[in-house]
Amino acid sequence: MRYSETGFNLEIDLSRGNIERVETDPRLTELYLGGLGTNAKILWDRVPPETDPFSPDAPLIFSSGLLGGTIAPGANRTIITAYSPQTLLMGFSMMGGFFAPEMKYAGYDKIIFRGKSPDLVYLWINNDKVEIRDAAHLRGKGAVETQDIIRKELNQPSAHVAAIGLAGENRVYTASIEQGRSSASRLGLGAVMGDKGIKAIAVRGTNDINIARPDEFIKLCNEVLEYIKFRNANPVPNIMTILQGLGSPQEMVETDEKWHTENFSWGNSRIRRKDFWTKEIEERWKSVQLDVRKRLISCYNCPMKCGAIIAVPGLSIYMMKCFTKLTYTMGALVDDLDFGFRISQRAAEYGVDGFSTPQIMAFGFELKEAGILTDADFEGCPSDNEGRFYWLLDRIVRREGIGDILADGTHWAAKKIGKGAEAYVHNNIKKHEQLPLKLGMLNPVYYLMYATGEKANITQIEGQFPQAPFMTMEEREAFVKDWFQVPDEKFKQYVLDWEPRGEHSNPLYPTVDMSVDIVDWQEKMHYIDDALGVCAGLSSFPLKPPYHMHNYPHFISSASGIDMDETGLTEVYNRNRNLVRAINVRRGMRRADEDPPEDHWKKRFPELEKKLLDAYYKFKGWDDDGIPTKETLQKLDLGYVAEDLEQRGIIKNG
Amino acid sequence: MAKVKKKIKSIKIDLDKCNGCRACEVICSAFHASPKYSGANPGRARIRMIRDPLRDVYVPVYAGEYTPAECMGRDKYVIDGKEYDECGFCRASCPSRDAFKDPDSGLPLKCDMCEDDPPQEKPLCVQWCLNDALIYEEREEEVEEEESPEALEVGVKALTDKFGLDQIMDAVARMSMSKKG
Repeated sequence: MRYSETGFNLEIDLSRGNIERVETDPRLTELYLGGLGTNAKILWDRVPPETDPFSPDAPLIFSSGLLGGTIAPGANRTIITAYSPQTLLMGFSMMGGFFAPEMKYAGYDKIIFRGKSPDLVYLWINNDKVEIRDAAHLRGKGAVETQDIIRKELNQPSAHVAAIGLAGENRVYTASIEQGRSSASRLGLGAVMGDKGIKAIAVRGTNDINIARPDEFIKLCNEVLEYIKFRNANPVPNIMTILQGLGSPQEMVETDEKWHTENFSWGNSRIRRKDFWTKEIEERWKSVQLDVRKRLISCYNCPMKCGAIIAVPGLSIYMMKCFTKLTYTMGALVDDLDFGFRISQRAAEYGVDGFSTPQIMAFGFELKEAGILTDADFEGCPSDNEGRFYWLLDRIVRREGIGDILADGTHWAAKKIGKGAEAYVHNNIKKHEQLPLKLGMLNPVYYLMYATGEKANITQIEGQFPQAPFMTMEEREAFVKDWFQVPDEKFKQYVLDWEPRGEHSNPLYPTVDMSVDIVDWQEKMHYIDDALGVCAGLSSFPLKPPYHMHNYPHFISSASGIDMDETGLTEVYNRNRNLVRAINVRRGMRRADEDPPEDHWKKRFPELEKKLLDAYYKFKGWDDDGIPTKETLQKLDLGYVAEDLEQRGIIKNG
Repeated sequence: MAKVKKKIKSIKIDLDKCNGCRACEVICSAFHASPKYSGANPGRARIRMIRDPLRDVYVPVYAGEYTPAECMGRDKYVIDGKEYDECGFCRASCPSRDAFKDPDSGLPLKCDMCEDDPPQEKPLCVQWCLNDALIYEEREEEVEEEESPEALEVGVKALTDKFGLDQIMDAVARMSMSKKG
């Protein structure tokens, strides 16, 4: 019997309409755990690196994690993997919600698509019964709307549906995959889904997930719940409100946006508005948010409430989480949050990434102001800030006129537009738009995360370690006192010694070696979460989370029966980290690509940054270009990767 | 008649506090797995979230009695302008729907308040609902001790009501004669 996983994948060949249930190799679970790890293995094995993201051969994988659907709280993530049309690298985007657990109850750890359907279709999985169904009637329908239509036409109110909107159908590079209150937004995987002709996947399952050692497992789960209760009652003091608790930043709960609106940049990540948050704005924004917010909601089997049901008068209901309420508002330079909630409804139905899309639009208008794009490009566009954002959003998802060019994201759009447009692309890493955050002093830890993160998205890399030093020694001592999550006591000392000013402050402290240590720990927890399917909001993202390096090995052992300890888990992390790196290296990624936006910090330190990157690569067992060495790969049972990289001449001199 | 004490177990369900996470379902299924906690499968849960996020409908419903036949009609509640599902508050394991039936055997499921040895302090769904949408309450009530009549007596009384005592006595006499005969 297989424990904690179903032991089967669903393989769908869309070109031939073939559906197969394929048993998986348990040895792969031991090596890569599941989720991101086994997704990476499939991507490495199945297609050569030249494969175009829109090639029929390119796989699109919907995966659960090893703990997904068990009673482990928050084990609900769906890890979606394909080649990103935007970065051209491995795209892994994740969503919470209810999809992955339901897929496991239906009997599958993953759904792997290949080929392309000649017509728009949707997949309906009801336990053993799997059908490819016509979706012609869903063409052009909203991503949220589609979920409801499918549930109704199947008469399956308990089915969970992941769907794309018009943006995905039209292969917009920022197209998302939406499901319930969640979405896999980053890196354009919705465009890959649309390219394959899949409008949606609906799933319903009523099978068991088995647990190897139930007595141990329930005890661990109860401990996690108890600790969540403790953390909810005891927010971490002396840091900004949205980072004090568990979960993703509590943007649906909090209405005080002084910090975001005054510290993040508006427009095309340009303008700081340091006196924005007035009394009137505060009152207006609070009443807007409380009026449209009907209920705080969560993902599957999680006591947090990171999302909300949003009902704006006159618009259909949708769900929201995290930061989207601000991204459109700030990108469009609109002072009323009501606009944010309204345009987000349209954006959710279109199915677009709320991080990149507003920046692409702001970029477009900046080019117009600079005279690089002309009035002819914007014929019919309203002149007010709100109206023109709606107008351009409509053009982008329909790929009409200038929208067709901008639909490829700022990097590719600038290349097409030319005339110096590339100078206006100032907030990307690896061709992908980043949070609109511009800071003063370089933080060495963040420098490394921005530079080397394979996810190209800081919120999926950072976490665990404070973002800034505490002001006083008393605050630092109070913080480290009950910080048992640290994998090593040295991290406590780093926090104790880290000062806001002077010798022990940014950029020279944490030191180069310390910064590497810290980043490795942060990455490690994210990579483990993504293999297990546990939400970062209960693990790698917040300070002092319920899941950590000390209890994870026990979770894995008791759930799956695989022998696991902290050393073993670190090895799995290193294996998965190196495999993901190798996939990207094989697709051409090099040191030169590991470059945070030039203006991310005002004060830059090229020599220090070089030292940081050198030390990080060395720590990882990579060469000066960020390529894993043969020895590193062989130690991690990735000899086949080393061999391939050697044959291609990427690893030189053995 | 003598008074006796009866323990009433109830779960107060506060729909406004529900975050829709379905932890109640999954922990219920794990507790009732055999061996305990050896599996997870909300399809076997004895509590079911009737949910429709786009209408803001979140109703945890507990499995009650099995019924072999549907009701003659159905009800639909509208509360504060919000329309709930047809039979949306009903606890029955009923032919009209798939809730509260074991997905493999089709046998009816019924909430047992997590009877356990040693007893659980609260049913598991309540323990796992950190948002206090489910609150367990226990109280004792004094009730009249009823003498439950014997099954035979119930049967004879029903026949007597239908045929009259005389006819029944005649029938009994005839039957006893023929047996002796």
